[in-house]
Amino acid sequence: MKMKNCLKIHLPFLLAMFMANFAFGQGEQAPIQIIHSADSFGQKPIPVSLDGFSGEVADVLKFDLYVQGFSFVASDAAQYQISGSAGASVTGSVTDKLARKVLLSNSYTGTSLRRQAHAFANDIVFAITGKKGIGLTKIAFKAQSPSGAGEIYVSDFDGHDAQPVTHDNAIVSRPSWMPGRLALYYNSYKLENPDIFFSDLSTGQRRVVASYGGSNFSPSASPDGSKLTMILSKDGRPDVYVCNADGSNVKRLTTGIEDSSPCWSPDGQWICFATKINGRRLLAKVPAAGGAVQVIHTAGAPNPTEPDWSPDGKWIAFTSQTSEFDICVVPADGSASPTLLVAGENPSWSSNSRTLVFNHSVGYRQTLSVLDVFTKQVKDVSRIAGSDSEPAWRKD
Amino acid sequence: MKTTLIYSCALALAVTLTATGCRHKPGHVTPLPAGMTPPPAESTLPTLPPGPTMGTTGETSTSTGIPMGGQGLYDNMIQDRAALAAYTIHFAFDSAVIRSSEQSSLQSVASALAADPNTKLLVEGNCDERGTEEYNRALGERRALAAREALVKLNVDPMRVFTRSYGKDKPADPGHDESAWQKNRRDDFVLLHPKP
Repeated sequence: MKMKNCLKIHLPFLLAMFMANFAFGQGEQAPIQIIHSADSFGQKPIPVSLDGFSGEVADVLKFDLYVQGFSFVASDAAQYQISGSAGASVTGSVTDKLARKVLLSNSYTGTSLRRQAHAFANDIVFAITGKKGIGLTKIAFKAQSPSGAGEIYVSDFDGHDAQPVTHDNAIVSRPSWMPGRLALYYNSYKLENPDIFFSDLSTGQRRVVASYGGSNFSPSASPDGSKLTMILSKDGRPDVYVCNADGSNVKRLTTGIEDSSPCWSPDGQWICFATKINGRRLLAKVPAAGGAVQVIHTAGAPNPTEPDWSPDGKWIAFTSQTSEFDICVVPADGSASPTLLVAGENPSWSSNSRTLVFNHSVGYRQTLSVLDVFTKQVKDVSRIAGSDSEPAWRKD
Repeated sequence: MKTTLIYSCALALAVTLTATGCRHKPGHVTPLPAGMTPPPAESTLPTLPPGPTMGTTGETSTSTGIPMGGQGLYDNMIQDRAALAAYTIHFAFDSAVIRSSEQSSLQSVASALAADPNTKLLVEGNCDERGTEEYNRALGERRALAAREALVKLNVDPMRVFTRSYGKDKPADPGHDESAWQKNRRDDFVLLHPKP
Protein backbone atom coordinates (compact mmCIF):
# COMPACT_ATOMS: atom_id res chain seq x y z
CA MET A 1 0.00 0.00 0.00
CA LYS A 2 2.70 2.40 0.99
CA MET A 3 4.84 1.54 -2.03
CA LYS A 4 1.87 1.97 -4.35
CA ASN A 5 1.20 5.37 -2.87
CA CYS A 6 4.76 6.49 -3.37
CA LEU A 7 4.79 5.36 -6.97
CA LYS A 8 1.54 7.15 -7.69
CA ILE A 9 2.85 10.33 -6.14
CA HIS A 10 6.04 10.44 -8.11
CA LEU A 11 4.56 9.31 -11.40
CA PRO A 12 4.86 12.69 -13.13
CA PHE A 13 8.54 12.85 -12.16
CA LEU A 14 9.20 9.29 -13.25
CA LEU A 15 7.31 9.90 -16.45
CA ALA A 16 9.47 12.93 -17.13
CA MET A 17 12.63 10.88 -16.48
CA PHE A 18 11.36 8.06 -18.65
CA MET A 19 10.52 10.47 -21.46
CA ALA A 20 13.86 12.21 -21.10
CA ASN A 21 15.56 8.83 -21.47
CA PHE A 22 13.41 8.06 -24.45
CA ALA A 23 14.15 11.43 -26.02
CA PHE A 24 17.89 11.09 -25.55
CA GLY A 25 17.67 7.62 -27.05
CA GLN A 26 15.94 8.94 -30.14
CA GLY A 27 18.19 11.95 -30.65
CA GLU A 28 17.06 15.52 -31.32
CA GLN A 29 14.38 14.61 -33.78
CA ALA A 30 12.22 12.93 -31.16
CA PRO A 31 9.01 14.88 -30.60
CA ILE A 32 8.61 16.36 -27.15
CA GLN A 33 5.35 15.21 -25.63
CA ILE A 34 3.47 18.08 -24.05
CA ILE A 35 1.01 17.01 -21.40
CA HIS A 36 -2.45 18.13 -22.44
CA SER A 37 -3.85 20.90 -20.30
CA ALA A 38 -7.15 19.12 -19.71
CA ASP A 39 -5.14 16.58 -17.66
CA SER A 40 -4.69 19.32 -15.07
CA PHE A 41 -8.18 18.77 -13.74
CA GLY A 42 -9.26 15.90 -11.53
CA GLN A 43 -5.89 15.75 -9.78
CA LYS A 44 -5.62 13.76 -6.60
CA PRO A 45 -4.91 15.94 -3.59
CA ILE A 46 -1.55 15.57 -1.82
CA PRO A 47 -2.17 13.38 1.26
CA VAL A 48 -0.82 14.85 4.49
CA SER A 49 -1.29 14.07 8.16
CA LEU A 50 -1.78 16.81 10.71
CA ASP A 51 -0.86 16.12 14.33
CA GLY A 52 -0.64 18.18 17.48
CA PHE A 53 -2.86 21.11 16.52
CA SER A 54 -6.37 21.86 17.72
CA GLY A 55 -9.00 24.57 17.67
CA GLU A 56 -8.52 27.65 15.52
CA VAL A 57 -4.96 26.81 14.47
CA ALA A 58 -6.01 23.35 13.22
CA ASP A 59 -9.03 24.91 11.45
CA VAL A 60 -6.87 27.49 9.67
CA LEU A 61 -4.27 24.92 8.61
CA LYS A 62 -6.97 22.57 7.28
CA PHE A 63 -8.80 25.34 5.44
CA ASP A 64 -5.68 26.81 3.83
CA LEU A 65 -4.19 23.47 2.78
CA TYR A 66 -7.49 21.98 1.55
CA VAL A 67 -8.09 24.82 -0.93
CA GLN A 68 -4.52 24.55 -2.21
CA GLY A 69 -4.79 20.87 -3.14
CA PHE A 70 -4.04 18.92 0.04
CA SER A 71 -6.09 16.24 1.79
CA PHE A 72 -5.90 14.97 5.35
CA VAL A 73 -5.28 11.28 5.98
CA ALA A 74 -4.09 9.03 8.76
CA SER A 75 -0.38 9.17 9.47
CA ASP A 76 0.44 5.85 7.80
CA ALA A 77 -1.19 6.92 4.51
CA ALA A 78 0.35 10.40 4.43
CA GLN A 79 3.02 11.47 2.02
CA TYR A 80 3.96 14.35 4.26
CA GLN A 81 3.66 14.53 8.01
CA ILE A 82 2.79 17.92 9.48
CA SER A 83 3.13 18.16 13.22
CA GLY A 84 3.63 20.74 15.89
CA SER A 85 1.82 22.61 18.59
CA ALA A 86 0.13 25.89 19.28
CA GLY A 87 0.34 27.17 22.81
CA ALA A 88 1.36 30.79 23.09
CA SER A 89 2.63 30.57 19.50
CA VAL A 90 2.60 28.19 16.55
CA THR A 91 5.50 25.77 16.12
CA GLY A 92 5.50 23.13 13.43
CA SER A 93 7.42 20.91 11.08
CA VAL A 94 6.90 19.08 7.80
CA THR A 95 8.50 15.72 7.10
CA ASP A 96 8.66 14.07 3.68
CA LYS A 97 7.97 10.47 4.66
CA LEU A 98 9.34 8.94 1.45
CA ALA A 99 12.60 10.82 1.60
CA ARG A 100 12.67 10.69 5.40
CA LYS A 101 13.60 14.32 5.30
CA VAL A 102 12.46 17.25 7.41
CA LEU A 103 11.41 19.90 4.89
CA LEU A 104 10.48 22.58 7.36
CA SER A 105 10.78 23.30 11.05
CA ASN A 106 9.70 26.70 12.21
CA SER A 107 8.01 28.68 14.92
CA TYR A 108 6.04 31.88 14.62
CA THR A 109 5.60 34.91 16.82
CA GLY A 110 3.55 38.08 16.77
CA THR A 111 0.01 39.28 15.97
CA SER A 112 -2.43 36.41 16.42
CA LEU A 113 -2.37 32.63 16.45
CA ARG A 114 -4.62 32.83 13.41
CA ARG A 115 -2.08 34.75 11.35
CA GLN A 116 0.74 32.53 12.64
CA ALA A 117 -1.24 29.51 11.43
CA HIS A 118 -1.73 31.13 8.00
CA ALA A 119 2.02 31.85 7.86
CA PHE A 120 2.81 28.22 8.77
CA ALA A 121 0.35 27.03 6.08
CA ASN A 122 2.17 29.23 3.54
CA ASP A 123 5.50 27.68 4.54
CA ILE A 124 4.03 24.17 4.26
CA VAL A 125 2.73 24.89 0.76
CA PHE A 126 6.09 26.32 -0.29
CA ALA A 127 8.09 23.46 1.25
CA ILE A 128 6.01 20.80 -0.51
CA THR A 129 5.07 22.42 -3.84
CA GLY A 130 7.57 25.24 -4.28
CA LYS A 131 4.60 27.60 -4.83
CA LYS A 132 3.85 30.67 -2.74
CA GLY A 133 0.94 30.09 -0.35
CA ILE A 134 -2.21 32.23 -0.25
CA GLY A 135 -2.84 32.05 3.51
CA LEU A 136 -2.25 35.74 4.21
CA THR A 137 -4.04 37.17 1.16
CA LYS A 138 -7.11 39.43 1.08
CA ILE A 139 -10.35 39.53 -0.86
CA ALA A 140 -12.78 42.36 -1.56
CA PHE A 141 -16.49 41.80 -2.24
CA LYS A 142 -19.90 43.44 -2.07
CA ALA A 143 -22.33 42.74 0.76
CA GLN A 144 -25.90 43.58 -0.23
CA SER A 145 -29.02 43.97 1.89
CA PRO A 146 -32.47 42.91 0.62
CA SER A 147 -33.15 46.56 -0.31
CA GLY A 148 -30.45 46.33 -2.98
CA ALA A 149 -28.14 48.76 -1.19
CA GLY A 150 -24.85 47.48 0.20
CA GLU A 151 -21.22 48.14 0.99
CA ILE A 152 -17.81 47.10 -0.32
CA TYR A 153 -15.92 44.95 2.19
CA VAL A 154 -12.40 43.58 2.48
CA SER A 155 -11.46 40.51 4.51
CA ASP A 156 -8.92 37.74 4.82
CA PHE A 157 -9.40 35.28 1.95
CA ASP A 158 -11.25 32.92 4.30
CA GLY A 159 -13.74 35.68 5.25
CA HIS A 160 -12.26 36.52 8.64
CA ASP A 161 -11.50 40.05 9.79
CA ALA A 162 -14.09 41.57 7.41
CA GLN A 163 -14.13 45.37 7.36
CA PRO A 164 -16.37 47.71 5.39
CA VAL A 165 -14.59 49.98 2.91
CA THR A 166 -17.70 52.06 2.21
CA HIS A 167 -20.36 53.41 4.58
CA ASP A 168 -22.76 54.72 1.95
CA ASN A 169 -25.85 52.48 2.06
CA ALA A 170 -25.86 52.65 -1.74
CA ILE A 171 -25.93 50.09 -4.53
CA VAL A 172 -22.35 48.98 -5.15
CA SER A 173 -20.69 46.45 -7.45
CA ARG A 174 -17.53 44.88 -8.84
CA PRO A 175 -14.62 45.81 -6.58
CA SER A 176 -11.22 45.50 -8.30
CA TRP A 177 -7.86 45.74 -6.48
CA MET A 178 -5.30 48.24 -7.66
CA PRO A 179 -2.11 46.12 -7.94
CA GLY A 180 0.78 47.20 -5.76
CA ARG A 181 -1.40 49.27 -3.45
CA LEU A 182 -3.97 48.71 -0.74
CA ALA A 183 -6.61 50.35 -2.91
CA LEU A 184 -9.77 49.44 -4.80
CA TYR A 185 -11.87 50.52 -7.74
CA TYR A 186 -15.60 49.80 -7.54
CA ASN A 187 -18.92 50.93 -8.91
CA SER A 188 -21.24 52.87 -6.62
CA TYR A 189 -24.58 54.66 -6.94
CA LYS A 190 -23.72 56.90 -3.99
CA LEU A 191 -24.14 60.01 -6.14
CA GLU A 192 -27.27 58.45 -7.73
CA ASN A 193 -25.72 57.65 -11.07
CA PRO A 194 -23.61 54.48 -11.39
CA ASP A 195 -20.07 55.90 -11.26
CA ILE A 196 -16.63 54.38 -10.76
CA PHE A 197 -14.83 55.21 -7.52
CA PHE A 198 -11.27 54.68 -6.32
CA SER A 199 -10.61 54.21 -2.60
CA ASP A 200 -7.16 54.13 -1.03
CA LEU A 201 -7.63 51.93 2.05
CA SER A 202 -4.41 53.08 3.69
CA THR A 203 -5.38 56.75 3.72
CA GLY A 204 -9.18 56.61 3.49
CA GLN A 205 -9.08 58.95 0.50
CA ARG A 206 -11.43 58.31 -2.35
CA ARG A 207 -12.41 59.95 -5.56
CA VAL A 208 -14.57 59.47 -8.61
CA VAL A 209 -12.63 58.27 -11.65
CA ALA A 210 -15.50 57.89 -14.16
CA SER A 211 -18.82 59.75 -14.00
CA TYR A 212 -19.85 60.23 -17.59
CA GLY A 213 -23.43 60.59 -18.76
CA GLY A 214 -25.08 57.18 -18.89
CA SER A 215 -23.74 54.29 -16.79
CA ASN A 216 -20.15 53.76 -15.61
CA PHE A 217 -19.49 50.27 -14.24
CA SER A 218 -17.43 47.02 -14.21
CA PRO A 219 -14.00 48.53 -13.40
CA SER A 220 -10.90 46.33 -13.62
CA ALA A 221 -7.35 47.55 -12.91
CA SER A 222 -4.50 46.51 -15.21
CA PRO A 223 -1.88 44.13 -13.75
CA ASP A 224 0.72 46.92 -13.51
CA GLY A 225 -1.80 49.34 -11.98
CA SER A 226 -1.31 51.94 -14.70
CA LYS A 227 -4.63 51.50 -16.51
CA LEU A 228 -8.29 50.79 -15.92
CA THR A 229 -10.84 49.07 -18.13
CA MET A 230 -14.58 49.51 -17.62
CA ILE A 231 -17.98 49.66 -19.30
CA LEU A 232 -19.26 53.12 -20.25
CA SER A 233 -22.40 54.06 -22.18
CA LYS A 234 -21.58 57.74 -22.76
CA ASP A 235 -21.36 57.19 -26.50
CA GLY A 236 -24.73 55.47 -26.69
CA ARG A 237 -23.80 51.80 -26.19
CA PRO A 238 -22.41 49.92 -23.19
CA ASP A 239 -18.92 49.19 -24.54
CA VAL A 240 -15.44 48.38 -23.24
CA TYR A 241 -13.26 51.42 -22.56
CA VAL A 242 -9.74 51.82 -21.26
CA CYS A 243 -8.21 54.80 -19.48
CA ASN A 244 -5.30 55.77 -17.24
CA ALA A 245 -5.45 54.74 -13.57
CA ASP A 246 -6.70 58.23 -12.62
CA GLY A 247 -9.53 58.12 -15.19
CA SER A 248 -7.85 60.33 -17.78
CA ASN A 249 -7.32 59.56 -21.46
CA VAL A 250 -10.47 57.49 -21.99
CA LYS A 251 -10.53 55.39 -25.13
CA ARG A 252 -13.29 53.20 -26.52
CA LEU A 253 -12.08 49.70 -27.40
CA THR A 254 -15.21 47.92 -28.64
CA THR A 255 -18.46 48.64 -30.44
CA GLY A 256 -20.06 45.23 -29.89
CA ILE A 257 -23.74 44.92 -29.20
CA GLU A 258 -23.63 43.15 -25.83
CA ASP A 259 -20.24 43.80 -24.25
CA SER A 260 -19.81 43.32 -20.50
CA SER A 261 -17.42 42.43 -17.64
CA PRO A 262 -13.94 43.22 -18.98
CA CYS A 263 -10.74 41.88 -17.34
CA TRP A 264 -7.01 41.97 -18.18
CA SER A 265 -4.53 39.37 -19.36
CA PRO A 266 -1.66 39.19 -16.83
CA ASP A 267 0.79 40.68 -19.35
CA GLY A 268 -1.52 43.70 -19.74
CA GLN A 269 -1.69 43.21 -23.51
CA TRP A 270 -5.30 42.02 -23.78
CA ILE A 271 -8.69 42.79 -22.35
CA CYS A 272 -11.05 39.82 -22.20
CA PHE A 273 -14.81 40.45 -22.05
CA ALA A 274 -18.20 38.87 -22.64
CA THR A 275 -19.96 39.73 -25.90
CA LYS A 276 -22.37 38.49 -28.54
CA ILE A 277 -21.27 37.81 -32.11
CA ASN A 278 -23.58 36.46 -34.83
CA GLY A 279 -26.28 35.76 -32.27
CA ARG A 280 -24.05 33.73 -29.94
CA ARG A 281 -22.83 34.85 -26.56
CA LEU A 282 -19.07 34.40 -26.34
CA LEU A 283 -15.90 35.47 -24.61
CA ALA A 284 -13.58 37.59 -26.71
CA LYS A 285 -10.38 39.58 -26.30
CA VAL A 286 -9.22 42.88 -27.72
CA PRO A 287 -5.72 44.39 -27.59
CA ALA A 288 -5.58 46.88 -24.70
CA ALA A 289 -4.00 49.36 -27.11
CA GLY A 290 -6.93 48.90 -29.50
CA GLY A 291 -7.38 46.56 -32.44
CA ALA A 292 -9.37 43.64 -33.76
CA VAL A 293 -11.59 41.57 -31.44
CA GLN A 294 -10.72 37.85 -31.28
CA VAL A 295 -13.06 35.13 -30.07
CA ILE A 296 -11.93 32.92 -27.16
CA HIS A 297 -12.83 29.24 -27.53
CA THR A 298 -15.53 28.36 -24.96
CA ALA A 299 -17.70 25.95 -26.99
CA GLY A 300 -19.63 23.64 -24.68
CA ALA A 301 -20.06 26.25 -21.94
CA PRO A 302 -23.15 28.31 -22.94
CA ASN A 303 -23.56 32.02 -22.24
CA PRO A 304 -20.12 32.80 -20.81
CA THR A 305 -19.75 36.01 -18.76
CA GLU A 306 -17.50 37.37 -15.98
CA PRO A 307 -14.11 36.16 -17.28
CA ASP A 308 -11.04 36.34 -15.03
CA TRP A 309 -7.58 35.57 -16.45
CA SER A 310 -5.21 33.58 -14.19
CA PRO A 311 -2.03 35.36 -13.06
CA ASP A 312 0.14 32.71 -14.78
CA GLY A 313 -1.64 33.48 -18.06
CA LYS A 314 -2.75 29.89 -18.67
CA TRP A 315 -6.43 29.92 -17.77
CA ILE A 316 -9.58 31.97 -18.05
CA ALA A 317 -12.23 31.28 -15.42
CA PHE A 318 -15.78 32.42 -16.21
CA THR A 319 -19.44 31.88 -15.42
CA SER A 320 -21.54 29.76 -17.77
CA GLN A 321 -25.30 30.16 -17.62
CA THR A 322 -27.74 27.37 -18.39
CA SER A 323 -30.64 26.74 -16.02
CA GLU A 324 -28.11 27.60 -13.32
CA PHE A 325 -24.73 29.30 -13.09
CA ASP A 326 -21.52 27.28 -13.21
CA ILE A 327 -17.87 28.13 -12.71
CA CYS A 328 -15.85 27.03 -15.74
CA VAL A 329 -12.17 27.19 -16.65
CA VAL A 330 -10.73 27.17 -20.18
CA PRO A 331 -7.11 27.36 -21.39
CA ALA A 332 -6.53 30.96 -22.46
CA ASP A 333 -4.85 29.75 -25.66
CA GLY A 334 -7.91 27.76 -26.72
CA SER A 335 -6.01 24.44 -26.66
CA ALA A 336 -8.80 22.54 -24.88
CA SER A 337 -12.51 22.76 -24.19
CA PRO A 338 -13.84 24.44 -21.05
CA THR A 339 -14.07 22.36 -17.88
CA LEU A 340 -17.15 22.84 -15.72
CA LEU A 341 -16.17 22.84 -12.05
CA VAL A 342 -18.94 23.75 -9.58
CA ALA A 343 -22.16 25.76 -9.42
CA GLY A 344 -21.41 29.45 -8.87
CA GLU A 345 -20.72 32.89 -10.33
CA ASN A 346 -18.07 35.61 -10.40
CA PRO A 347 -14.83 33.60 -10.23
CA SER A 348 -11.65 35.48 -9.23
CA TRP A 349 -8.19 33.87 -9.25
CA SER A 350 -5.77 33.99 -6.37
CA SER A 351 -2.08 34.64 -6.99
CA ASN A 352 -1.37 30.88 -7.14
CA SER A 353 -3.39 30.45 -10.38
CA ARG A 354 -5.16 27.40 -8.92
CA THR A 355 -7.52 28.66 -6.21
CA LEU A 356 -10.64 30.68 -7.11
CA VAL A 357 -13.03 32.65 -4.92
CA PHE A 358 -16.61 32.83 -6.23
CA ASN A 359 -20.18 33.31 -5.05
CA HIS A 360 -23.10 30.91 -5.20
CA SER A 361 -26.69 30.99 -4.09
CA VAL A 362 -27.98 29.64 -0.81
CA GLY A 363 -31.71 30.19 -1.00
CA TYR A 364 -32.05 33.69 -2.44
CA ARG A 365 -28.81 34.94 -0.91
CA GLN A 366 -25.30 34.75 -2.28
CA THR A 367 -22.40 33.44 -0.26
CA LEU A 368 -18.66 33.18 -0.98
CA SER A 369 -16.62 30.01 -1.39
CA VAL A 370 -13.08 29.15 -2.41
CA LEU A 371 -12.29 26.38 -4.88
CA ASP A 372 -9.08 24.56 -5.76
CA VAL A 373 -9.73 24.11 -9.48
CA PHE A 374 -7.37 21.14 -9.97
CA THR A 375 -8.85 18.96 -7.21
CA LYS A 376 -12.33 20.61 -7.12
CA GLN A 377 -12.02 20.92 -3.35
CA VAL A 378 -14.34 23.68 -2.04
CA LYS A 379 -14.66 25.48 1.29
CA ASP A 380 -17.25 28.07 2.25
CA VAL A 381 -15.98 31.46 3.32
CA SER A 382 -17.56 32.70 6.54
CA ARG A 383 -20.55 34.85 5.69
CA ILE A 384 -20.27 38.52 6.50
CA ALA A 385 -23.63 40.21 6.15
CA GLY A 386 -26.60 39.97 3.81
CA SER A 387 -25.81 38.65 0.36
CA ASP A 388 -22.09 38.47 -0.43
CA SER A 389 -20.96 38.45 -4.06
CA GLU A 390 -18.56 39.73 -6.73
CA PRO A 391 -15.39 38.75 -4.84
CA ALA A 392 -12.01 40.02 -6.06
CA TRP A 393 -8.84 38.33 -4.85
CA ARG A 394 -5.89 40.59 -4.11
CA LYS A 395 -2.95 39.27 -6.11
CA ASP A 396 -0.12 40.87 -4.10
CA MET B 1 10.87 -3.43 -18.88
CA LYS B 2 9.05 -0.22 -18.07
CA THR B 3 8.30 -1.44 -14.56
CA THR B 4 11.96 -2.18 -13.96
CA LEU B 5 12.91 1.26 -15.18
CA ILE B 6 10.35 2.95 -12.96
CA TYR B 7 11.51 1.01 -9.92
CA SER B 8 15.12 1.86 -10.58
CA CYS B 9 14.22 5.49 -11.07
CA ALA B 10 12.32 5.48 -7.80
CA LEU B 11 15.30 3.98 -6.05
CA ALA B 12 17.62 6.55 -7.59
CA LEU B 13 15.26 9.31 -6.53
CA ALA B 14 15.03 8.05 -2.98
CA VAL B 15 18.80 7.76 -2.71
CA THR B 16 19.28 11.26 -4.15
CA LEU B 17 16.79 12.83 -1.75
CA THR B 18 18.21 11.04 1.26
CA ALA B 19 21.75 12.04 0.31
CA THR B 20 20.69 15.67 -0.15
CA GLY B 21 19.37 15.68 3.37
CA CYS B 22 17.61 18.54 5.11
CA ARG B 23 18.78 21.93 3.97
CA HIS B 24 16.34 23.85 6.09
CA LYS B 25 17.73 24.94 9.42
CA PRO B 26 15.27 23.77 12.06
CA GLY B 27 14.16 26.07 14.83
CA HIS B 28 13.90 29.17 12.66
CA VAL B 29 11.50 31.81 13.99
CA THR B 30 9.35 33.91 11.66
CA PRO B 31 8.09 37.14 13.24
CA LEU B 32 4.86 38.27 11.60
CA PRO B 33 4.09 41.85 10.68
CA ALA B 34 0.89 43.33 12.06
CA GLY B 35 -2.30 42.66 10.13
CA MET B 36 -3.99 45.18 7.95
CA THR B 37 -5.26 48.09 10.00
CA PRO B 38 -8.89 49.07 9.52
CA PRO B 39 -9.35 51.67 6.82
CA PRO B 40 -9.70 55.12 8.34
CA ALA B 41 -13.01 56.92 7.92
CA GLU B 42 -13.33 58.23 4.42
CA SER B 43 -12.82 61.85 3.75
CA THR B 44 -15.60 63.81 2.12
CA LEU B 45 -15.88 63.43 -1.61
CA PRO B 46 -14.34 66.12 -3.72
CA THR B 47 -16.59 67.96 -6.10
CA LEU B 48 -17.21 65.95 -9.22
CA PRO B 49 -15.35 66.99 -12.32
CA PRO B 50 -17.83 68.29 -14.89
CA GLY B 51 -18.91 65.64 -17.35
CA PRO B 52 -18.07 66.17 -20.97
CA THR B 53 -20.67 68.10 -22.90
CA MET B 54 -21.56 66.97 -26.36
CA GLY B 55 -22.81 68.88 -29.36
CA THR B 56 -26.54 69.53 -29.52
CA THR B 57 -27.25 68.04 -32.91
CA GLY B 58 -28.82 64.63 -32.69
CA GLU B 59 -26.84 62.04 -34.55
CA THR B 60 -29.26 59.44 -35.88
CA SER B 61 -26.83 56.68 -36.84
CA THR B 62 -27.12 53.93 -34.28
CA SER B 63 -24.29 51.78 -35.58
CA THR B 64 -22.20 52.72 -32.56
CA GLY B 65 -24.81 54.56 -30.51
CA ILE B 66 -26.02 58.13 -30.07
CA PRO B 67 -23.65 60.08 -27.76
CA MET B 68 -25.05 61.29 -24.45
CA GLY B 69 -24.58 64.55 -22.62
CA GLY B 70 -22.65 64.68 -19.34
CA GLN B 71 -24.21 64.18 -15.91
CA GLY B 72 -23.68 67.90 -15.29
CA LEU B 73 -26.54 68.59 -17.70
CA TYR B 74 -29.14 67.05 -15.37
CA ASP B 75 -27.76 66.25 -11.95
CA ASN B 76 -29.26 69.35 -10.35
CA MET B 77 -32.71 68.86 -11.85
CA ILE B 78 -35.75 67.80 -9.85
CA GLN B 79 -36.88 64.24 -10.41
CA ASP B 80 -40.57 63.63 -10.99
CA ARG B 81 -41.07 59.87 -10.77
CA ALA B 82 -44.87 60.03 -10.81
CA ALA B 83 -45.41 61.97 -14.04
CA LEU B 84 -44.47 59.14 -16.41
CA ALA B 85 -44.95 56.15 -14.09
CA ALA B 86 -47.86 54.91 -16.20
CA TYR B 87 -45.59 54.55 -19.23
CA THR B 88 -43.05 52.07 -17.85
CA ILE B 89 -42.20 49.62 -20.65
CA HIS B 90 -41.38 45.92 -20.29
CA PHE B 91 -39.08 43.52 -22.11
CA ALA B 92 -38.85 39.85 -23.01
CA PHE B 93 -36.32 37.69 -21.14
CA ASP B 94 -32.70 38.63 -21.93
CA SER B 95 -33.86 41.09 -24.59
CA ALA B 96 -33.40 44.82 -25.10
CA VAL B 97 -35.72 44.92 -28.12
CA ILE B 98 -38.68 47.26 -27.70
CA ARG B 99 -41.93 45.45 -28.45
CA SER B 100 -44.42 47.14 -30.77
CA SER B 101 -46.98 47.02 -27.95
CA GLU B 102 -44.82 49.54 -26.05
CA GLN B 103 -44.90 52.18 -28.82
CA SER B 104 -47.90 54.01 -27.36
CA SER B 105 -46.12 54.40 -24.01
CA LEU B 106 -43.05 55.78 -25.77
CA GLN B 107 -45.26 58.16 -27.76
CA SER B 108 -46.75 59.41 -24.47
CA VAL B 109 -43.26 60.00 -23.05
CA ALA B 110 -42.24 61.85 -26.22
CA SER B 111 -45.41 64.00 -26.01
CA ALA B 112 -44.69 64.92 -22.38
CA LEU B 113 -41.19 66.07 -23.38
CA ALA B 114 -42.60 68.01 -26.35
CA ALA B 115 -45.13 69.74 -24.09
CA ASP B 116 -42.42 71.32 -21.93
CA PRO B 117 -39.10 72.04 -23.63
CA ASN B 118 -37.47 72.77 -20.26
CA THR B 119 -37.83 69.18 -19.13
CA LYS B 120 -35.37 66.37 -19.64
CA LEU B 121 -35.71 62.62 -19.21
CA LEU B 122 -33.93 59.93 -17.24
CA VAL B 123 -34.48 56.37 -18.48
CA GLU B 124 -33.74 53.70 -15.87
CA GLY B 125 -33.09 50.21 -17.27
CA ASN B 126 -33.73 47.16 -15.06
CA CYS B 127 -33.48 43.37 -15.28
CA ASP B 128 -34.98 40.34 -13.60
CA GLU B 129 -32.76 38.39 -11.21
CA ARG B 130 -31.68 35.80 -13.79
CA GLY B 131 -28.37 36.54 -15.50
CA THR B 132 -25.05 37.39 -13.89
CA GLU B 133 -24.62 40.72 -12.10
CA GLU B 134 -22.39 42.67 -14.47
CA TYR B 135 -24.07 41.15 -17.54
CA ASN B 136 -27.39 42.40 -16.18
CA ARG B 137 -25.92 45.82 -15.53
CA ALA B 138 -25.03 46.00 -19.23
CA LEU B 139 -28.41 44.52 -20.25
CA GLY B 140 -30.29 47.14 -18.18
CA GLU B 141 -28.24 49.86 -19.87
CA ARG B 142 -29.05 48.44 -23.30
CA ARG B 143 -32.75 48.50 -22.41
CA ALA B 144 -32.50 52.16 -21.35
CA LEU B 145 -30.54 53.07 -24.48
CA ALA B 146 -33.08 51.24 -26.69
CA ALA B 147 -35.84 53.47 -25.31
CA ARG B 148 -33.63 56.53 -25.84
CA GLU B 149 -33.07 55.58 -29.49
CA ALA B 150 -36.80 54.96 -29.95
CA LEU B 151 -37.55 58.40 -28.49
CA VAL B 152 -35.04 60.00 -30.85
CA LYS B 153 -36.98 58.41 -33.72
CA LEU B 154 -40.02 60.20 -32.27
CA ASN B 155 -38.11 63.49 -32.70
CA VAL B 156 -36.90 63.83 -29.11
CA ASP B 157 -33.52 65.59 -28.90
CA PRO B 158 -31.04 62.92 -27.63
CA MET B 159 -29.30 65.60 -25.56
CA ARG B 160 -32.43 65.72 -23.38
CA VAL B 161 -32.40 61.99 -22.62
CA PHE B 162 -30.04 60.28 -20.15
CA THR B 163 -29.80 56.64 -19.18
CA ARG B 164 -28.89 54.68 -16.09
CA SER B 165 -28.84 50.93 -15.45
CA TYR B 166 -29.71 49.32 -12.14
CA GLY B 167 -29.05 45.80 -13.38
CA LYS B 168 -30.98 43.47 -11.09
CA ASP B 169 -30.46 45.65 -7.99
CA LYS B 170 -33.77 47.55 -8.08
CA PRO B 171 -36.60 45.10 -8.75
CA ALA B 172 -40.15 46.46 -8.93
CA ASP B 173 -41.34 43.17 -7.45
CA PRO B 174 -39.11 41.29 -4.98
CA GLY B 175 -40.66 37.92 -5.91
CA HIS B 176 -38.81 35.02 -7.50
CA ASP B 177 -41.28 33.84 -10.14
CA GLU B 178 -42.19 34.68 -13.73
CA SER B 179 -44.87 37.13 -12.62
CA ALA B 180 -42.26 39.15 -10.68
CA TRP B 181 -39.63 38.75 -13.40
CA GLN B 182 -42.00 40.20 -16.03
CA LYS B 183 -42.50 43.31 -13.93
CA ASN B 184 -38.78 43.68 -13.29
CA ARG B 185 -37.60 43.58 -16.93
CA ARG B 186 -38.41 47.23 -17.52
CA ASP B 187 -37.52 50.83 -18.28
CA ASP B 188 -38.82 53.44 -15.84
CA PHE B 189 -39.13 57.00 -17.12
CA VAL B 190 -38.29 59.86 -14.75
CA LEU B 191 -39.23 63.38 -15.85
CA LEU B 192 -36.61 66.01 -14.92
CA HIS B 193 -37.69 69.59 -14.20
CA PRO B 194 -35.32 72.53 -13.91
CA LYS B 195 -34.95 73.98 -10.42
CA PRO B 196 -37.26 76.96 -10.00
